[in-house]
Amino acid sequence: MRYLKCLGISQIRFTPKLAINMNALNIKGLTKTYKGGTQALKGIDLVVKQGDFFALLGPNGAGKSTTIGIVSSLVNKTHGEVDIFEYSLETQPIEAKSCIGLVPQEFNFNQFEPLIQIMLNQAGYYGVPKNVAKPRAEKYLRQLDLWDKRNTPARQLSGGMKRRLMIARALMHEPRLLILDEPTAGVDIEIRRSMWSFLQEINQQGVTIILTTHYLEEAEMLCRNIAIIDKGIIVRNTSMKALLATLNIETFVLDLSENLSSLTLDGFESRLIDEHTLEVDVPKEAGLNSVFEQLTQKQIQVLSMRNKSNRLEELFVRMVESGKATADVNSTIKVEGETHE
Amino acid sequence: MNSLNMVALTTMWRKECLRFLRIWIQTLLPPAITMSLYFVIFGSLIGSRIGNMGGFSYMEFIVPGLIMMAVITNAYANVSASFYSAKYQRNIEELLVAPVSNWIIIAGYVGGGVARGMLVGIIVTIVSLFFVDIHIHSFLIIFITLLLTTVLFSTAGLINGIFANSFDDVSIVPTFILTPLTYLGGVFYSLSLLPEFWQWVSKINPIVYMVSGFRYGFLGVSDISFYLSLGILVGFNIVLLGWAYSLINRGVGIRS
Repeated sequence: MRYLKCLGISQIRFTPKLAINMNALNIKGLTKTYKGGTQALKGIDLVVKQGDFFALLGPNGAGKSTTIGIVSSLVNKTHGEVDIFEYSLETQPIEAKSCIGLVPQEFNFNQFEPLIQIMLNQAGYYGVPKNVAKPRAEKYLRQLDLWDKRNTPARQLSGGMKRRLMIARALMHEPRLLILDEPTAGVDIEIRRSMWSFLQEINQQGVTIILTTHYLEEAEMLCRNIAIIDKGIIVRNTSMKALLATLNIETFVLDLSENLSSLTLDGFESRLIDEHTLEVDVPKEAGLNSVFEQLTQKQIQVLSMRNKSNRLEELFVRMVESGKATADVNSTIKVEGETHE
Repeated sequence: MNSLNMVALTTMWRKECLRFLRIWIQTLLPPAITMSLYFVIFGSLIGSRIGNMGGFSYMEFIVPGLIMMAVITNAYANVSASFYSAKYQRNIEELLVAPVSNWIIIAGYVGGGVARGMLVGIIVTIVSLFFVDIHIHSFLIIFITLLLTTVLFSTAGLINGIFANSFDDVSIVPTFILTPLTYLGGVFYSLSLLPEFWQWVSKINPIVYMVSGFRYGFLGVSDISFYLSLGILVGFNIVLLGWAYSLINRGVGIRS
């Protein structure tokens, strides 16, 4: 009955001591070649520690969804090993699967069933008895602001509600590892922010979270560690802090008071977007003071200033565009100061 | 069976039963109406001119076959439609991600088909009571034949659902294979009426054995030995359940 530890039936799941030195996910040499011959994964290694809030990023078609699909048993692997909380997905699938909650990218619930039924069915599939499942369904539907809709067929929900339903459903067996594939896609900013705070809350309670998203601001804000996958290979696996520290140029957008037809700044690459808007690439070592000094000398007033994009986005775009990813393929992968071949 | 599997299985059964009960106008009412028409037209109007068959009135003779026809069609349709719908809406993923064994997935869907097949069988039997007094030779034989037949056609429906890539694929087999086999399966006539060659051809049709076994349970007479019918039913069940398990295990149609 070891799987009970993964079903939230035992309170042991939330004991912080368990977080020490345990891998929530350990992937070794994972490959996937689809029937048509497409090689989606080319032998990835990935470790996610228990209690982590982990981002798995990459451009479309990079292999994120295939990785998540294999971990959650929706895709058959070609080679490699996947361990979830030290249970092998291959030889101990019941125990391993019991530990995972999945929030997939596409809506995958029965559109004709009412929410409460979807929640109770989900609990049942994980062996959670009804007397436990009913109060739990109420708890999570209330937390995700869906309780009033409990008897509504799922197809009548808005897009944001459907996303929240998938999160609530994934928590019905109180998993130790929650995998979210684009959980906030198409959700308005207010709901997105409330989902962020909810996810932070359950992460603080001890649930390990793996997140894929196209909103890099989301990953930067929520995640402590990050892996970037490109063309089926993990090209970066490090802490968010360490990754952002590698960003040596930031682009700022300045709104200027003067009408300008041309403007150059010594030591900086800059572009006039229109007669009032200047875009400046600022190397980390140069700092912003010099930009302001030069503008002040030219008697140009800066009305406001902002980052062109968030830092992670800038780094990500540069990494993918520059092909640095490819160059790093055969090099070692850095994981928080440790080096793994 | 451990408690996880037991809870998962009862959850699936409840879900499958709620599905066909929720849409009873599509699932339970049509067989009652269709079979009433069969009883009126073939039983009362035409049957009264046919005379006895196998020592029973034509109406009494066709009742077991008509019940079986409704049971087969509904058991099959329930699972093929439900499984394909789960694939189409992707909620089959709920089961694939969960720690549910492949036998439980099969038992859950097949159990839903058996429940609908049995319920439709009861409904059609009640309808038939308005037209004829039913003879019961053996409740046990009726139950065993009904159970094995519903399991067999539910499993066949599951296999259809696994391979189906569109709703058309779900309707092709019932329309072009199941219906002809049922009509040629001795529902409306005794095999003894056929020339010897066609009797031999008919015996290739597995539905002949089910109708025959079921009729034996009601009337105590049949074209084929009940034990042969039972053996054929058990054999087909083993083959189809094994095939379904192999397909689910390999993820055919459900895992990429």
